[in-house]
Amino acid sequence: MLAFIVQRLFQAIIVMFVVGLISFSLFQYVGDPVNNMLGPEGTIEERERLRERLGLNDPVPVQFIHYVGNALQGEYGLSYRMGKPVDELIAERLPATIELVFVSALIALLVGVPMGVYTGLNRNSWLSRVFLTVSLVGISLPTFVIGILMILIFGVWLGWLPTFGRGGIVELGGWQTSLLTLKGWSHILMPAITLALFQLTLIMRLVRAEMLEVLRTDYIKFARARGLLNRAINYGHALKNTLVPVITIMGLQIGSLLAFSIITETVFAWPGMGLLFLQGIAFVDIPVMASYLVLMALFFVVINLIVDLLYYAVDPRLRSEHVGGAAH
Amino acid sequence: MSAARRTDAMAINTDRREITPSLAGRAADSLHRFFDGDVYYSFRRSPVAMVAFAVTLVLFFVAIFAPWVAPHNTDDVTTLNLMNARFPPWGFTDPFGTEGVARFLLGTDDQGRDIFSAMMFGLQISLMVGFASVILAAVVGTSLGLISGYIGGRLDSVIMRIADIQLTFPAILIALLIDGTVAGLLPRAVAQDLKIYVLILAIAASQWVNFARTVRGSTLVEKNKEYVQAAKVIGVHPALIMIRHVLPNVTGPVLVIATLSLALAILTEATLSFLGVGVPVTHPSLGTLIRIGQQYIFSGEWWMTIFPSLALVVLVLAVNLLGDWLRDALNPKLR
Amino acid sequence: MTVSPKPPLLEVKDLRIEFPTRRGILVAVDGVSFDIAEGEVLGVVGESGAGKSLTGASIIGLLEPPGRISDGQIYLAGRRIDNLPYEEIRKVRGSEIGMVFQDPLTSLNPLYSVGRQLIETIRTHTDLSEPAARKRAIDLLGEVGIPSPKVRIDQYPHQFSGGMRQRVVIALALCVNPKLIIADEPTTALDVSIQAQIITLLKRLCSEHGAAVMLITHDMGVIAETANRVAVMYAGRLAEVGPVDQVIKRAKHPYTHGLMGSIPKLSRAAERLVQIEGSMPRLNEIPSGCAFNPRCPKAFARCTVERPDLIPVDRSQVACWLYDQVEERTGSDG
Repeated sequence: MLAFIVQRLFQAIIVMFVVGLISFSLFQYVGDPVNNMLGPEGTIEERERLRERLGLNDPVPVQFIHYVGNALQGEYGLSYRMGKPVDELIAERLPATIELVFVSALIALLVGVPMGVYTGLNRNSWLSRVFLTVSLVGISLPTFVIGILMILIFGVWLGWLPTFGRGGIVELGGWQTSLLTLKGWSHILMPAITLALFQLTLIMRLVRAEMLEVLRTDYIKFARARGLLNRAINYGHALKNTLVPVITIMGLQIGSLLAFSIITETVFAWPGMGLLFLQGIAFVDIPVMASYLVLMALFFVVINLIVDLLYYAVDPRLRSEHVGGAAH
Repeated sequence: MSAARRTDAMAINTDRREITPSLAGRAADSLHRFFDGDVYYSFRRSPVAMVAFAVTLVLFFVAIFAPWVAPHNTDDVTTLNLMNARFPPWGFTDPFGTEGVARFLLGTDDQGRDIFSAMMFGLQISLMVGFASVILAAVVGTSLGLISGYIGGRLDSVIMRIADIQLTFPAILIALLIDGTVAGLLPRAVAQDLKIYVLILAIAASQWVNFARTVRGSTLVEKNKEYVQAAKVIGVHPALIMIRHVLPNVTGPVLVIATLSLALAILTEATLSFLGVGVPVTHPSLGTLIRIGQQYIFSGEWWMTIFPSLALVVLVLAVNLLGDWLRDALNPKLR
Repeated sequence: MTVSPKPPLLEVKDLRIEFPTRRGILVAVDGVSFDIAEGEVLGVVGESGAGKSLTGASIIGLLEPPGRISDGQIYLAGRRIDNLPYEEIRKVRGSEIGMVFQDPLTSLNPLYSVGRQLIETIRTHTDLSEPAARKRAIDLLGEVGIPSPKVRIDQYPHQFSGGMRQRVVIALALCVNPKLIIADEPTTALDVSIQAQIITLLKRLCSEHGAAVMLITHDMGVIAETANRVAVMYAGRLAEVGPVDQVIKRAKHPYTHGLMGSIPKLSRAAERLVQIEGSMPRLNEIPSGCAFNPRCPKAFARCTVERPDLIPVDRSQVACWLYDQVEERTGSDG
């Protein structure tokens, strides 16, 4: 158990180190921050002062150590574009993105898994066919098109829901949440559904495929041959085995929810980190880009760790000290 | 155990696999295996696949011949006239009382571009970027998969490690980063000119992993077969054997991945263009058109964004359906 | 009260199993009839693809679609079970017919402890409480020869070796005392050194629990040691059914004869093994007449035209025209 966690932690640290190196190289070699901040009009003295202040005159390894040290303290430098510390910018935007991703992940899981189970168990029912066809359309619909359609229908034509931004925000111990008010929910509903839809169809198809696979296994056949109740076989034996591989993929999917939130945030003008990052790219605002990268990597690594631990909780084969022969 | 599986195996003539030695022979043979009996039969049996194929074909045709088929050459900026801007589609009236005209069947955008023509040109760009990046990804991925599987050892674990890490990062993020980095590295004007190549590179970079993994798997299986050992003994260069025997065997899976990747590549391009980091506005792709139109939906001028969206969705859906069908027809274990 | 003959435990009549495919309907099992008496061990032998496993699966109602029983009947203790509604056949499974599969490594759910799988099965078919079922599970594990069952019951399948897992599988099949056990190649996947142990165990337990066994295998050695009677299958049909000594020592059907000839004997080590020329036909290429005729050294004109039914010869039944002539000559039958 301990060895397993240590090994995973070690891997996580390596990934973070590599990402840190990449984001540092972004600083080091992409664009000239001084030029970016002062524009072509800056005098030589001004430039030199800024270089000194940004630490750009130190040797490269020293700069990297400084960089890592600062990053560990949550300091990612000044945004070239806005001249504000990046960590402040991120702290402002983080709750919006986290809440958006959280609500969509919840929607995707709570709807996607039951749909997948249903279509896996009732392979030939007409409802399954409808689900599958709709899911294929869902996978082919780009997130931004879904968003635009929703805005057009529910925002512009029907006028039911607000089409941009967050609303009904309540301050809760330094965390700005919009999940406590009805107004807040009316704002988050469309972006969250838009973001969830693609993942939902993916999860549904995955659960279905995995379910079909598991239902073909010998132990399910043997469970049937022992006359167990269908309910016990389907929702006990089969579902539990289905969830083992599904958990991994879901971890990855939450990661991609974070990435896709960039698009949703653009469509709905949702004031989250994705929007910040996108503006960062448009203006080659390296500190913003680099810190977004580091933060994303951190999220992914943490999610992967959680997934590994979940795996561990579900699968007894990982738990035991002596692992027997050809287990699969 | 099940006779169903056994009869399946019977239907596919497995005996043929070990014979033909020449490269051309192998390729012809595997092609034959594809379009012989089973695949063609399942195509004829699947109306969905046939419709998807027909739609894809029509869209390809329209895209390739856009300069000749399109009513307006929207690529030529000098033909644009702001007087023609924001016409609703023919038969519709916009919220301000303007009526659509037959000349602009699907209306015009804010620059006075005919939407219908702009869609054709946009389709061309979308398909071009899609194809180019999938081909690039397929070539790079297949080669790396072959090398990784054949040479093994440290090189293999390095390549697969990179693939693993890359898989954790979503395609869009990788593409955005590459795009942002290049924009930072190069002067603005140069970056603008190279934009489309950067885009292709960025999309390909996010897709090679699937190809590499599949090909590597097949290579590992093939590598340990006796005829490879035998060929080594008689002095045939093993790399040659890999190319001769592994490549034809992975044609099926690679084709399936390529089809599904094409749909994904088109989507990624559209998304990047929608986010404003894709192809330049002067030659709008479908994603760019949707982005341009998006700001007008609040005033009820829906056609600028809805028609390009529709075209995009139909294209991606058709390609996805084809890929789905192809996967079921070839029935390899793809994951 | 008149003495009506007690029906056999299992009676299979004219069983026909089909697989619809796009190249037409494949008949995987064709006109198979046999029965099993209470407590009897019937060995079913044949090459892979002969239809043995399908026959076994159809008895317990576990044919996988698109496979289906298209003709014939199956009776268990006089009750027809091949057309039961799902809930009825489910109750039969486990409680009246138990099953042991080939591969113990894949037969057990990897995510549930052995005890949980046993208790679940016991409680599905009985009214036992959780502690009582657990006690019974521990007893059963002891009975199938698993050391320290009180500890092992809470372990997971991967913590057991292959042979131990097959013992668990046997315990699972027997845990509600079914009257019939269908054992489908129960030792094939096991190490040779353990095969004999498992077979001995299976035979002993079944006789202790009073269960009949349908032992599906292609291992004639196992049959010779274990079975009372043997059914030989070829290309989805029965070739010969009879008492084990009769079939092994005095095989009637040319196919059975060839099959017996292919068993190495220690006493005649130097001799060359008899080999049957050719291989079993594919299901879509079964010849007309007797399915074995192209490979049969004794085939004659009638064999390629007319399909033989089972004909009683000595204490066996044989599907071969060679014996029909004998019958006619002796004039015992019309």
